[in-house]
Amino acid sequence: MEIDTAGIDFAPIFTLDTKLKLQSQVELAGAQCAYQTYGTLNAERSNAIMICHGITGDQYVSGTNPLTGRAGWWNHVVGPGLVFDTDRYFVICANVLGGCLGTTGPSTINPDTGQPWNMNFPVFTVADMVDLQVRLIDALGIDQLFAVIGASMGGMMALDWAARHPERVFAAVPVAASWRHTAQNIAFHEVGRRAIAADANWHDGAYREHGVKPEKGLAAARMVAHITYLSETAFQEKFGRDLPRDSKLSFVLDPEFEVERYLDHQGKTFVKRFDAASYMYLTRAMDYFDLAARHDGDLAAVFRGVGTRFLVVSFTSDWLFPTAEARTVVRALNANAADVSFIEIPADYGHDSFLIESATDFHDVLEGFLDGTARRRGLKP
Amino acid sequence: MSKPLPRRADLRLIVQLVPPGGRVLDVGCGDGTLLQTLETEKQVDGHGIEIRNHRVEACMRKGLSVIQGDADTDLPDFPDRSFDYVILSQALQNMHRPREVLDQLLRIGQRAIVSFPNLGHWRARLTLLCRGRMPIVETSDTPRTWYDTPNIHLCTIRDFLLMCETLGITVEEGHAVGRDGSLRRLGEVAAWDTLWTHQAVYVLTRPGQSASGG
Repeated sequence: MEIDTAGIDFAPIFTLDTKLKLQSQVELAGAQCAYQTYGTLNAERSNAIMICHGITGDQYVSGTNPLTGRAGWWNHVVGPGLVFDTDRYFVICANVLGGCLGTTGPSTINPDTGQPWNMNFPVFTVADMVDLQVRLIDALGIDQLFAVIGASMGGMMALDWAARHPERVFAAVPVAASWRHTAQNIAFHEVGRRAIAADANWHDGAYREHGVKPEKGLAAARMVAHITYLSETAFQEKFGRDLPRDSKLSFVLDPEFEVERYLDHQGKTFVKRFDAASYMYLTRAMDYFDLAARHDGDLAAVFRGVGTRFLVVSFTSDWLFPTAEARTVVRALNANAADVSFIEIPADYGHDSFLIESATDFHDVLEGFLDGTARRRGLKP
Repeated sequence: MSKPLPRRADLRLIVQLVPPGGRVLDVGCGDGTLLQTLETEKQVDGHGIEIRNHRVEACMRKGLSVIQGDADTDLPDFPDRSFDYVILSQALQNMHRPREVLDQLLRIGQRAIVSFPNLGHWRARLTLLCRGRMPIVETSDTPRTWYDTPNIHLCTIRDFLLMCETLGITVEEGHAVGRDGSLRRLGEVAAWDTLWTHQAVYVLTRPGQSASGG
């Protein structure tokens, strides 16, 4: 059983008329990209903001997500009069390459075989995801994005956008991100992949043919990942050692602590909206991310001649993409005398602080940066 | 859009000293008042470094380009002469390594503007002489005690000029700011100057560097 996307219209979907050449040198024919837009592109085509979603995010950044029926993941910041003011900016959010909400990925049909790609889908990278988006803005007639912003994997995309396509990006905002996936980051992803592969329903990725889904494995992968998205403080304050019943130990091995039940819920909810193969590929793409690799590890060389205006944001309690990683990016930008702002936002929630509605300091910083950038770009208030 | 000029006299003077249109780095830029004024009055391409989070936030709300960072450690990242002017206003005394910081200012900037409180002021001398107490220098942080102050490296005008000499730094011009905000040009430093100058503002350059910046 796949995630239940039947009856959901992911339009608009943009179809590439030429092949998409991937970093692996594989050429992907007929690639499609599902995206959403909010607001209106101005006559000068200068007010477009690309929001890059995280690994399990999607293009439904605002409004109602048709799959979950819940509000978009950044509904509280994207809209008229909000941080990403859709009366002023034209916001684009596209399902990434390899995703499972309308964009070409392992769950879509391989045009050569008429069957789902499954594990025959080529391994792709963050740069490939960005290149698909480049083709999208080409199709939308946008020469230069006013801004590219993303958190986590989306932050990697924002960095890659600016590093490889600086002339197409006036400003870039990588949030809670790094210039590379660290050994620890890769290690956590590998545990997730191993959990999925260990599920009896995995069938070497051909679960669609068997009419099943590796739900237990995918749920376990999500549980591990979710731990990395929160801080220890967040867990402690939210759950402590709380027990639901009578505050007494039951002397059983089943999930008993509130924190266990919470993770269980996270896992179960996740498998309803995400495809296991997509998750496998996307974790791999993040693992492959190393912005400095093209320059023999010299990160400063990556940003040579880049005229993009940057805002780098980290959160104090984020141990998955800690401030030290963000600072390394800032140092590399400073080495080029680039236009860069950097702030470490005090936040207790951990990596996922960027999703929190009450993170008003973060939102104020974003708003100020966008406003100052709009002034430099000559956008009308 | 007319922004009020900074209240601090040394900041008003710095605005006058910076020529229009250049690239400026304000080290320890606080809430960005000076940077904002320089951007609106002098159309500079302004950048800042500030260590305290809430002040960085204030700068960002103003749309300024500011890095949350530490002048003591982050200045070596910048390339040589990447700014026309580097400003260190009322922050020299907060630095752990003021000598290295000053050296960096003149490496990354064509010129540096440095303002600092003069510990040689007669009030400070009198406090030490008559009361036998450590003089408290009034800065924006208004410390009350010697053990609870960010002003860890206070110096007199003479001390400062000696350090510049050691580092091969040339003083292009100096200004004295009185307690009442009055301004006076500092020439060859006479005993009178060191006694009456509340704050000093110096424009510095280093021979061998292009003097055409600005």
